[in-house]
Amino acid sequence: MVIECKHVWNHISGYLDGTLTAEEQVMIQTHLEHCEICSAILDSARNILVLTADDRVFELPVGFSERLHARLAAELGTVAGDTPPSPM
Amino acid sequence: MDVQRGSRGGDRDEATMIASILAGETQLYHELIRPHERSVYMMALSYMKNEADAEDVAQEAFLKAFRALANFRAEAKFGTWLISITLNEARNRLRRKAAVPMESLDVPDDEPGAVSPALLRDWREVPSEALERGEVRSLIASAVEALPEIYRCVFVLRDMEEMSVNETAEALSLSVPAVKVRLHRARMMLQKQLAPQLRAVVPAEKKRRWFPW
Ligand SMILES: [Zn+2]
Repeated sequence: MVIECKHVWNHISGYLDGTLTAEEQVMIQTHLEHCEICSAILDSARNILVLTADDRVFELPVGFSERLHARLAAELGTVAGDTPPSPM
Repeated sequence: MDVQRGSRGGDRDEATMIASILAGETQLYHELIRPHERSVYMMALSYMKNEADAEDVAQEAFLKAFRALANFRAEAKFGTWLISITLNEARNRLRRKAAVPMESLDVPDDEPGAVSPALLRDWREVPSEALERGEVRSLIASAVEALPEIYRCVFVLRDMEEMSVNETAEALSLSVPAVKVRLHRARMMLQKQLAPQLRAVVPAEKKRRWFPW
């Protein structure tokens, strides 16, 4: 079965996530094997996902966790009334 | 990565910890939230767009979650509940500051088909070493921040923080099909914007060293 590139683009996320039906999967797979453009788009999309999932892109600010837990310790001590804030 | 894609592991531990915290062992709250610090901060950052405000929102969200812990229902995931608290906190703050015009959530423009990716015959591989370059990291960060809100929050939770589609839907109070459609659009938008930019900054001789498919 012949499908248009445009139709394939709408299924790229589903293809990457493995959520297509078996029939769709085969259809897209067959198209990708013959279509340079769509397979380049697929690879590009996959690369973008790998890059954006990398924790180096957005890093937690230095000391974030320490400041958070210090504030929580103060708060938890007050709220609970039974445990003094632990030194973080 | 703390929140594993599709993983249900740790739920029982969380439920036990929450019960103990509510019974008075409040110090356990520190342990309870550790696996969620990053995703809460990333959610806050994607709204506040600067580190100081994002940190503030994240702290506030963790405090509010602690105060409201008795209202947490065990059928939800703690992580998704935290995210929805964070989202509310961020939106309230933006509304109060009125510094950023709020985008309406009622105009999703969700038809599939509406996004066509850039045609990139000659761009397939970007080496992950490229992330050592601040220039590349900031291109990617800016592109994510520039996504419209309805796409950005889905993308941050699902693709950056690796929540499952179901968890993302729960945290954002969206349907699963809506999450899938928005995710697809977010990915295509990012690809369209980033691929040419990355191609321009990543040295050509490195292009084929990654992902040999
Ligand atoms: Zn094609």
